[in-house]
Amino acid sequence: MGEAIVITSGKGGVGKTTTSANLGTALALMEKKVCLIDTDIGLRNLDVVMGLENRIIYDIIDVIVGRCALKQALIKDKRFDHLYLLPAAQTSDKTDLTPDGMEKIVAELKPEFDYIIIDCPAGIEQGYKNAVAGADKAIVVTTPEKPSVRDADRIIGLLEQEDIEPPKLIVNRIRNHMVQEGDMLEVDEIVQVLSIDLLGIVADDDEVIKASNHGEPVAFHPNTKASIAYRNIARRILGESVPLMSFESEKGMFSRLKKLFSKSK
Amino acid sequence: MIGNKQIITIKGTREGLSLHMDDACSFEDLLKELEEKLAANRIDSADHLVGVHIQLGNRYLYKEQEEILCKMITSKQRLKIESIHSDVITKQAANEWKEEAEVKAVSRVVRSGQVLEVKGDLLLLGDVNPGGCVTATGNIFVMGNLLGIAHAGKDGNADAVIAASYMNPTQLRIADYISRAPDHETDGVYMECGHIDDEQEKIIIDRLQAVIRKRPGISSFERRMLNG
Repeated sequence: MGEAIVITSGKGGVGKTTTSANLGTALALMEKKVCLIDTDIGLRNLDVVMGLENRIIYDIIDVIVGRCALKQALIKDKRFDHLYLLPAAQTSDKTDLTPDGMEKIVAELKPEFDYIIIDCPAGIEQGYKNAVAGADKAIVVTTPEKPSVRDADRIIGLLEQEDIEPPKLIVNRIRNHMVQEGDMLEVDEIVQVLSIDLLGIVADDDEVIKASNHGEPVAFHPNTKASIAYRNIARRILGESVPLMSFESEKGMFSRLKKLFSKSK
Repeated sequence: MIGNKQIITIKGTREGLSLHMDDACSFEDLLKELEEKLAANRIDSADHLVGVHIQLGNRYLYKEQEEILCKMITSKQRLKIESIHSDVITKQAANEWKEEAEVKAVSRVVRSGQVLEVKGDLLLLGDVNPGGCVTATGNIFVMGNLLGIAHAGKDGNADAVIAASYMNPTQLRIADYISRAPDHETDGVYMECGHIDDEQEKIIIDRLQAVIRKRPGISSFERRMLNG
């Protein structure tokens, strides 16, 4: 029986969709059967990030109103045979999606997949309620900025009222030099404020933007900072204990040398 | 009233039986005579099904009447209805027909999440952005960039085509065929036209000039009449 994890944040633009795509990819890399569900009706993006937009024929609303079977709407990833996407509708009426409908879909998918990753829309209205409806666990994504942390706090409060496990935190888009200069919130500070378990931290990486534009999640390509971070998070989801990545400064001769040596090991 | 004049005349043709029905009498009279005629000519049940072409003249049949008529013919004898032809149609049907045959010109940009649906042909002066969708029961001509989804011949017309000034679509759909963009990024093509290739049984994109040769009736009214 699979596990349904909702990726949420409250605030928009912090990287929910990117996180969903990359965690899905990272879990698929570890031979898990994964289904991604995009619940952002009308503003779907997950298909674009995954590079599967051109394969969409049916979507989640078609499934809910009975225009097609669930199996028909699932899109197989082009890189993995055991990674699927259930796309959101772009044009249909979003009121058709209900928490009940969502629960039914997740329940139908659970026996087939190890992990069901639900990409939540921004906000705390109906879209959020739908996304959370079928989930067993939640991951809250935030960036090291005050507004984002504020919204994450709000979402955590709402998630605590739901019948799911306590949410875990991912701090996304950390810019090391800004943190060091005190212009960005520190991870410890964020964890302290939100007081939930930290699942992982992801550096702000140009490769993520590049990957999104190519429709290929960054986790698929090894050796970028973000990719390793997402893979580590996936391993933690599987129950391994993986130490957090350090964001030591790359300036200075000594640290560069150190990095060189540590790479060659 | 009608005297000896026959309401129904049956003629044998190469295509099967042709039933000419008088259009001046009432529907009840017509049914009565039809029943008699059918009862009179027993056909051996071992025979093949015989096709029947019904000529109604200037009579208009409602859906229910048509069903009664068909049921009577097919149940009594080993006959099957090939066609029902009437010289008259309702105003509503005529309007729909006209709509199907028209070219609708629309000038706007169809953005992500928007759907532009028309009956008949669509002439879009503007772009279809990725995530946008245009559909038509006839052909689609885009004077602009087609980057989203276009669905021509939505009600099943497989002869419909999709042409665009610049074509780099997410998907092309014609009738119930679907083709999607390749996974690698492409530059798109200028002044080309998507259509169903009968031999390969899939949607292919070719130069506009080549497609005109394959679909000579693309703009003629007769085509529309036939498809109507």
